[in-house]
Amino acid sequence: MITFSEERLNQVKKIVARYPEGKQKSALIPVLHLAQEEYGWLSAETMDYVASLLQLEPIEVYEVATFYSMFNLKPVGKYLFEVCQTGPCMISGADNIIDYIKQRLGISIGETTPDGLFTLKTVECLGACGYAPMMQLGKHFREHLTREKVDQIIENCRKEAGVLN
Amino acid sequence: MAVKLLLDKAHVEGIRTYEVYRREGGYRSVEKALKQMSPDAVTEEVKKSGLRGRGGAGFPAGMKWSFLAKPEGIPRHLVCNADESEPGTFKDRYLMEFLPHLLIEGLIVASYALGSNATYIYIRGEYAWIPDILEHAIEEAKANGFLGKNILGTGFDCEIYVQRGAGAYICGEETALIESLEGKRGNPRIKPPFPAVKGVWDRPTVVNNVETLAAVVPIINMGGEEYAKIGVGKSTGTKLISACGNINKPGVYEIDMTISVEEFIYSDEYCGGIANGKRLKACIPGGSSVPILPANLLLKTAKGETRYMNYESLSDGGFATGSMMGSGGFIVLDEDQCVVKNTYTLARFYRHESCGQCSPCREGTGWMEKILKKIDSGKGSKSDIDLLWDIQRKIEGNTICPLGDAAAWPVAAAIRHFRDEFEWHVNNPQECLTRNYGLAHYADPRPVAV
Amino acid sequence: MAEEKKLFKVTIDNITVDVEPGTTILNAARLIGGEVAPPAMCYYSKLKGSGGKCRTCLVEVAAGSTADPRPMPKLVASCRTTVMDGMIVKNITSERVIDARNGVVEFLLLNHPLDCPVCDQAGECHLQDLSYEHGKEGTRYEFNRRTFKKHDLGEYIQLHMTRCILCYRCVFTADQLTNKREHGVLDRGDHSEIATFIEKSLHNDFIGNVIDVCPVGALTDKTFRFKNRVWFTKPMDAHRDCPKCSGEVQLWMRGEEVYRVTARKDEWGEVKDTTDGKPGWICNECRFEKKEARDWVIEGPSHIDRHSVISQGHYEKLVTPKDTLPEVMGGRPPKLIMDIHDVSEVNRPEIKLSEIEGPAHSDDFNQ
Ligand SMILES: Cc1cc2nc3c(=O)[nH]c(=O)nc-3n(C[C@H](O)[C@H](O)[C@H](O)COP(=O)(O)O)c2cc1C
Ligand code: SF4
Ligand code: SF4
Ligand code: FES
Ligand code: FES
Repeated sequence: MITFSEERLNQVKKIVARYPEGKQKSALIPVLHLAQEEYGWLSAETMDYVASLLQLEPIEVYEVATFYSMFNLKPVGKYLFEVCQTGPCMISGADNIIDYIKQRLGISIGETTPDGLFTLKTVECLGACGYAPMMQLGKHFREHLTREKVDQIIENCRKEAGVLN
Repeated sequence: MAVKLLLDKAHVEGIRTYEVYRREGGYRSVEKALKQMSPDAVTEEVKKSGLRGRGGAGFPAGMKWSFLAKPEGIPRHLVCNADESEPGTFKDRYLMEFLPHLLIEGLIVASYALGSNATYIYIRGEYAWIPDILEHAIEEAKANGFLGKNILGTGFDCEIYVQRGAGAYICGEETALIESLEGKRGNPRIKPPFPAVKGVWDRPTVVNNVETLAAVVPIINMGGEEYAKIGVGKSTGTKLISACGNINKPGVYEIDMTISVEEFIYSDEYCGGIANGKRLKACIPGGSSVPILPANLLLKTAKGETRYMNYESLSDGGFATGSMMGSGGFIVLDEDQCVVKNTYTLARFYRHESCGQCSPCREGTGWMEKILKKIDSGKGSKSDIDLLWDIQRKIEGNTICPLGDAAAWPVAAAIRHFRDEFEWHVNNPQECLTRNYGLAHYADPRPVAV
Repeated sequence: MAEEKKLFKVTIDNITVDVEPGTTILNAARLIGGEVAPPAMCYYSKLKGSGGKCRTCLVEVAAGSTADPRPMPKLVASCRTTVMDGMIVKNITSERVIDARNGVVEFLLLNHPLDCPVCDQAGECHLQDLSYEHGKEGTRYEFNRRTFKKHDLGEYIQLHMTRCILCYRCVFTADQLTNKREHGVLDRGDHSEIATFIEKSLHNDFIGNVIDVCPVGALTDKTFRFKNRVWFTKPMDAHRDCPKCSGEVQLWMRGEEVYRVTARKDEWGEVKDTTDGKPGWICNECRFEKKEARDWVIEGPSHIDRHSVISQGHYEKLVTPKDTLPEVMGGRPPKLIMDIHDVSEVNRPEIKLSEIEGPAHSDDFNQ
C-alpha cells in the first residue's frame, strides 16, 4: 500500500491551498512530482493513490502522467542521465558526449546498467543551450560537458552510491 | 556603453537577497505604483512604453492588459510564463536565477495593474532548482510587506505561487499552459474564447513572459515615455538575447535594439566572434522556430542594408529573405555545421513536443522528421525535398496552435536558403556521411579572421 | 412588445442562409446541406467541447462580417467558428480549402492501416467517405505505419488503435454520458492513444455509445454477430420499453436475425434525437444484450440519408454519392483516394467482395 508520510501530506495540503476551492486538480502535476521524488517513478498504484488524494478519477492522472516527459512510468536507475540532443547542443558536440557515455556505461539510450545505478536517456532542449553539451542529473544541470567531466560525474555517482549503501 | 535596464545589477554581490536588492533600489516601482498610481495608470504607462511581449510573438503588453475582461465578482489572474523551452532560449532562466527579486517586483506591479490577487509563475519542470530561489524571494518580499495582505497599507492583496511543469514545450503556449496549470494535459485550447475572457479556471487571465514582466519595473521607475526613447521604432527598451552555438562567448546579453547583428556576433562585448577562428555559415536569430538565415542575409538585408538586432530589421524581407526576433534565442552555426542535420534535430524536437491534438501537426511533424533523417543519412531523393516542402506548406496555418507553424518554418527556411545543400546530400549519398557541405555561396561576407 | 430575434445572414459558397446568432459556420452550412457542408471528423453536435481537432472542416472566411468585411488570414475550423452577420465563407469554392483539406486527409490516412476489407466499420466509415470525396490518389508515405500495444476493453467493445484518428469523441462521450470515465487519451503527439492504462473493461451503462460516435472503425461492437459486413445487413427501426434509455434503436438484421443494435443516426452520421426530442443515446443493455427479434417492436426499414458507401446498393432508396454541385465544383467528380487493394497491408487483392458467396466475413480475408 502506498501512502505518503505526514510531512508529504502536509506538502500536498499546502499545494492544494494555492488554488481556488474545488480546483484541487491543479495540484496534480506538483503532487506527481512529490510522488516521483518519493518513489523514483510512477507506478499505477502510485498514480491511483494520487488520484484518491486529489479526488480525481485514476484515468485523469494517467492521462497527465503520460503526457509529460519528466514522469517516469517505469523504474529508472538511481542516477538518470538525461542528455540533450537538440540543435544547439548537437552543433556543440552533444553526439560525441552521448556516444562517450554509452561507451563508458556500456548501455544504449533508454537502458539501465545491470547494477541499477545508471539510466541513459536523450532529451530535447533543456534551456542550457549556451552551456552545451549538457545533461540533467536529478535536480540540477551538468553543463559544458567534456569526456573528463563525464568521467568525473560517473565516478562521483559511484562514490556517493557506495557511501549510501 | 549599452543601456542596461534589467541586468545592470546582475553582478552585484548578493543581489539574490532581498537586502541587497532593496539597497540597490529594488521595489521602488511597487511603492510608486501602489501608492501613487491607479491600476489603469500603470497599464497606461506600460502602453506608452511600447513594450512588446518578450515570449516570442511580440504582442504589445499594455494592449494585452487593456483587453483583460473585468466582470464584476469574478477574480482575475496574472500568470507568468516561465516555461522557456524553445531551443536556443535560456534568458528567462538567467533572469530568475540571478535576479529573482526583479521578477517578483515586476509581478507585484503587474498584478496590481490587472487586479490579480493570486498570481502564478509557471516554470518548466526541468528548471527544478529555480522554484526554490523564487520561493525564497517571495518569502522575503512577503516578510517585508511587499506581498501578502494589504501590501504597503494600500489595501491591495497579492500572493505569488510557483508551479512547476513536467516536461512539455507546448506548455509555453499560453492556453496549453493554462490547461497544465489546471492539472491537465497540455493541449492548447481552441480560441476564441481568449484567455483575457476565459483563462485559468474560466477566469479572465493575462499570460506574460518572464522578461516582459521584469521590464515593467524599469518602465514604472523611469516612466513609459522615457523607456520608449530607448531603442528604435516599435522595438523599444532593451531585449535579452541568449546566444549559443559556435561562438566564443555564449551567454545571455542585454542589448538595446539599435546594435547591428554584425556587432552582436563579432564584438567582444557580446558573442566575441565565431569560435575556433571559423567562419559564420548561418544563424537562427530568434529561437528554433524562426527562419534560419545564411550569413549573407543575416548581416545584411536583401536590399543590402545593415541588419539590426530588433523586431523590424530582423523581419525585414519577410520569410523570403528575413527572419524574426522571436524569443531572442540566437543560434550561430559555423562553416562546419550541416544545415540538414540541424534541421533534422529541430524537426525531431517538434515531433517530440507536438501535443497530438490536431492532425496536421501530429502526423506532419513525424513525417518531416523521418524524411529529414533519411536525407541526412544519404538515403534521400530529390523528390523528398519537394515532398518536405509540400508537407510543411500543408501544416502551416492549418493547426490549432502555432506549434504547427513553428515546426513548418525551420524546414521551409532551410529548404529555401540551403536547397543546394539538401541536393548535395541527395547526389552524394556516401560523401555526405563523412564530410559537410561547407559554406558555398552563402559564405560569410566578412573577411576571414586572422 | 416581444423583441424580434435578429438573424445573421451568412453566405457560404454563394448560397445565403439566415441563422441564429451563435451558430457555427459548419451548422449554417449543414442547413444548406450537400457538398456545401464541410466534412467533420471530430465535431459532434451532441458532445460539448468537441471539434477543432481534425481540421477537415477548415474553410476560408472571405469577409468577416458586414461591419468588418476584412477576410480572415488563416483558414478557420468551421465547427468552432461562429458566424457574423454578413459573413462570406468559401468552402468548396476555395482552392485554398481544397488544397488544405487534401493535406488533412493525407495526414489522417498517413498512419491508417487501410484495412477496410477486414474492418467492421467499412461501409459506414467517415474516413472512407472523406477519402473518397476529398483525398488524392495514392499515398506519399513510405515509412512503416505506427503500431500500438493491444488493449483489451472487455467483452463489449473492441479497440483497434491503429485506426483511431484521435477525434476525442469517445472521451467526451464517456465524460458526458457515463458516471465515471475510465478511458482517455494517453501519451502525447504521434504516440497519443486511446487507452485505459491498466487493463480495464469498459462497461459503464452508456459507454456503448462510444461505438456510435467513433467516426472510424477504432471502436467497434464485439457482440456484432458473426462480424458481418454492414452492407449485407438491413437497418430496421425498432424500439422496446427500456427503463434506462429511450429504447429507440436501429437493428441491423439479416432475415430474422439481429446482428447488431445501434442508435439511430441522422444524415450527418450523428445520433438522432428520439421521438420526444432528446438525444437518442442508447444503453448498453439495448445495444449488447438484446439480440433477438422478439426483444423488439420492429417499425420498418430505416431511412438512411447519408451519402456514404453504405447507401450505395441500398434497399430503400438508391443514392449514388450525391452529385457534387456542378455549378460550384466545376463538374469535378468525387475523387477516389486510392485503390484500397493496392495499398492495404492486410488485404488480399485477389479476393473480390462481389465474388464472395453470401455475406462477407472478416474471416474471408484472413485465410
Ligand atoms: C509552441 C509555443 C511555445 C511557446 N513557448 C513560450 C515560452 O516558453 N515562454 C513564453 O514566454 N512564451 C511562449 N510562447 C508564447 C506564449 O504563447 C505567449 O504568447 C506568451 O507567453 C505571451 O507573453 P508575452 O506577450 O509577454 O510574450 C509559446 C508559444 C507557442 C505557440
Ligand atoms: S498544432 Fe500541434 S501542438 Fe498545437 S494543438 Fe495542434 S497538435 Fe497540438
Ligand atoms: S477511438 Fe474513435 S472516437 Fe475515440 S478518439 Fe479514436 S477515432 Fe475518435
Ligand atoms: S539545445 Fe540542449 S539545452 Fe538547448
Ligand atoms: S470537425 Fe472541425 S476540426 Fe474536426
